[in-house]
Amino acid sequence: METATVTATATTPAFVVTPEEKPRHIAFICSKGTLDMAYPALVMGWAALGNGIDVTIFFTFWGLDMINKNRVDHIEIAPVGNTAMKMSMMGLDTGNLGIPQIAGVLPGMTAFATKLMKDKMRALDVPTVREYLQMLSDAGAKLYACKMSVDMMGLKQEDFVEGVEAIVTAGDFMDMTAGAQIVFI
Amino acid sequence: MAMREIAGHQVQVNEEGFMTDPQEWTKDIAVEIAKVEGIPELTLQHWQVIDFCRQDGMATGKAPTLRRITTAAGVTTKEMFALFPKGPAKKVAKISGLGKPEGCV
Repeated sequence: METATVTATATTPAFVVTPEEKPRHIAFICSKGTLDMAYPALVMGWAALGNGIDVTIFFTFWGLDMINKNRVDHIEIAPVGNTAMKMSMMGLDTGNLGIPQIAGVLPGMTAFATKLMKDKMRALDVPTVREYLQMLSDAGAKLYACKMSVDMMGLKQEDFVEGVEAIVTAGDFMDMTAGAQIVFI
Repeated sequence: MAMREIAGHQVQVNEEGFMTDPQEWTKDIAVEIAKVEGIPELTLQHWQVIDFCRQDGMATGKAPTLRRITTAAGVTTKEMFALFPKGPAKKVAKISGLGKPEGCV
């Protein structure tokens, strides 16, 4: 009954919204240092900027590897413990057969899996992590390193790639992201 | 799909305001859409990007992504965000009479 009343009175289409509202702001917290977990914030952050959304990225714990000058080009993915990684990744017609965990522990397997994944990304013209960070920072994203993690790992501002604005505390991060949507990775 | 009059021309647009037939585009349409998108005046540099997008769009059948523009047109990311603030690839595609750019990069 109530539905019918609503339908009858709704004359303005629901998609008519005012465009000049407060700009949307998305903040990503990157806490992982593996290849598969490095990309989500980079891809979504770039998409957000492309949609006129403000972006802040906070790197903490292993996520610091993503902005560490000496590590950013050596981010890897390990087959060990990763049930989603199948033999077919290597171009074998093996369906859902996983890479045997025992094979994953062999020396060189992590480097091999990493190479396979990076080759696939290169073939699709996906930027490297270093390049993505540059693009994000050029496009106006704010990149910050977490103070506690930085202290814990004995790092300094000069250890980070260009574009990382500052080392900030968790409290600073909360202040900077008031009203933002937060994505933890 | 709807018809809209832009700069005295009747053109087809989709629900997001992107033109659906790039053949209907003219330079005065670009100037009008740019104003609506918050760019009061198109400079030479704006036109260089628009010209690239038109050529690329007509050749490939789809609007170039931001990465395509920065790698192929010789414009940097910084310049793109300065020229077409808040979503440059979408903005320039709209001004160039092309569809919304697709792709994650």
